[in-house]
Amino acid sequence: MSSFGVVRATLMKDLRMEWRSKDAINSMLFFSLLVVVIFSFAFNPTAEESRLIAGGLIWVAFLFAAVVALNQTWARELRNQVLDAYRVSPAPPHALFIAKALGNFLFVMVLEILMAPLFVVFYQLRSIGPVWQLVVVALLGTWALVVNGTFFAAMSIRTRNREIMLPLILFPISIPALLAMVDATTMILTGDGTPDFWLKMLLVYDVIFTSVCLLLFESVLNAE
Amino acid sequence: MKSLSIAFIIFTLALLGFSTYQGLVAAPTEATMGDVQRIFYYHVPSAWVAGVCFFVNFLASIAYVLKRGSNADALAAASAEVGVVFATIVLITGPIWARPVWGIWWTWDARLTTTLVLWLIYVSYLILRRFAAGGQTQMLAAVLGIFGFVDVPIVYFSIRWFRTQHPSPVMGGGQDSGLAPPILHAFLWNLLAFTLVGIVLVAMRYRLQKMENQVEEAHAQLALEGGAR
Repeated sequence: MSSFGVVRATLMKDLRMEWRSKDAINSMLFFSLLVVVIFSFAFNPTAEESRLIAGGLIWVAFLFAAVVALNQTWARELRNQVLDAYRVSPAPPHALFIAKALGNFLFVMVLEILMAPLFVVFYQLRSIGPVWQLVVVALLGTWALVVNGTFFAAMSIRTRNREIMLPLILFPISIPALLAMVDATTMILTGDGTPDFWLKMLLVYDVIFTSVCLLLFESVLNAE
Repeated sequence: MKSLSIAFIIFTLALLGFSTYQGLVAAPTEATMGDVQRIFYYHVPSAWVAGVCFFVNFLASIAYVLKRGSNADALAAASAEVGVVFATIVLITGPIWARPVWGIWWTWDARLTTTLVLWLIYVSYLILRRFAAGGQTQMLAAVLGIFGFVDVPIVYFSIRWFRTQHPSPVMGGGQDSGLAPPILHAFLWNLLAFTLVGIVLVAMRYRLQKMENQVEEAHAQLALEGGAR
């Protein structure tokens, strides 16, 4: 089977399982809803203030929620020895990684689409800058979180304290991406400057870390 | 070999004593900042040693991924630990200096923030080493070592942009604009002494790591033989 075939088969399998169980998306949705409510109590912002802090709130909520889904990515495959089977099969390792990363990307994007109206309602958000730029930030930023997240999830399931390990290694590496997403979002919402630099930064981050992940995934898959 | 390394350690300690004297006594008191400037003799060399350690960790991690030698892994572990220790010294001595000179303990300026993020990355590296299971530790750690070092320039540029966009709360500590000869003199002695201390610590930690690996292998071997009996 070609790389493309493996990617498609794995991705369709994950999407179908998610469609039937809705485990990841439900837990992410509820989790980020809780974060939205708790932040709202904690800061109690006016419409003007929330424009300034919303960038931070939105992305921190999505980052935390994404960790919930990322932690489940590989658990199923490990339990049923799929990874061992995959290792002895001639299928290319990077195809498996791309499929998993794409799957997580779709889950988190769906989460963002569903949660965005709620943010607008709860924080009385109205963007001063062009809204289409927010979509670009979301696409680039989500990939930045998810590509490293998928990779580090594959690492953290091999440790003794699985679930807690992922945020511990993912968050420090993701700081520049998060900074770019938060600052770009704040710039767009307040209409204060253009986020061009941050968009380029995110693009560079995505390209660099996608390459590093693809290069090193085989080593992680075969680590014994 | 052993006597040679002991001689090297003694020489390093003597040099450290001499450079401490140079920094604390022989060097003149700085005109505007006063004695607090003397932290500089520890702060900058520590940052240098930490940076070199993290770079060694990066190279050793790449070597491990390519060749899978346990020596490369031992070197990576040793340099990361020593690097975190020196980065901690940097992060502690920095605020002690900043408080009287800038009037604040901390500011989110590019260099400070980059050092802090660097520290966070390598602490997470050490945590991963601690919690990874058995034989996979080395490969997982090597991979994270590569990720961590690749991230460093990205962190630096993003934070520098972030800070130049926003008004800076304090003036940057402009020490780079040339050092007076006696201060430079004391600084270079300390730089040399700290570099040697770093080498000694990494070398000792490296040997310890190799011994740990040997003990672990011996245990595994013993368990295998016990199972056969």
